[in-house]
Amino acid sequence: MPAAEIEALIRAALPDAEVEIVPLVDDGDHYRAHVVSHAFAGKSRVQQHKLVYEALGGRMGGELHALQLTTALPN
Amino acid sequence: MSDANARISQIVNEHDIVLFMKGTPLFPQCGFSSKAVAILEHCGADFESVDVLQDMEVRQGIKAYSDWPTIPQLYVKGEFVGGSDIMMEMYEAGELQEMLADKVAK
Repeated sequence: MPAAEIEALIRAALPDAEVEIVPLVDDGDHYRAHVVSHAFAGKSRVQQHKLVYEALGGRMGGELHALQLTTALPN
Repeated sequence: MSDANARISQIVNEHDIVLFMKGTPLFPQCGFSSKAVAILEHCGADFESVDVLQDMEVRQGIKAYSDWPTIPQLYVKGEFVGGSDIMMEMYEAGELQEMLADKVAK
């Protein structure tokens, strides 16, 4: 799955999101993603990650096995 | 409640710290599971582990139980804490050590 597609899915669900995606291995399957959005305000880490997983529409754990994720609120 | 749910509920309530993972702490079968084990060992935590590769019912059931799509999954005192990324974030913030503090082998 191309990084641009992952970013597009996240931004479709969280329009204000800053998304940074770095390949961990150059195989189009292993990525590290950092997502910054106001949508995370007042939410636990688990809830924040779930918002991103929902944006990815069920691909997480399937098509996207290796997405290392961190989330944060804008400074 | 399905059988898988009942079994998972029993496991997470019988042990204070439970890691559902792929493989075993000695032989993890996935980089994320390996990382989760390393973090818990750094914390000095005495934890129970469940190898989901040996149990298809639990492997599928655990994802529905926590509404979380991936493995590993950490439970403390019956509550879902997160996967390896959240464990690492909490570890770096010192929050995981605090959460596990009263469970850590002295």
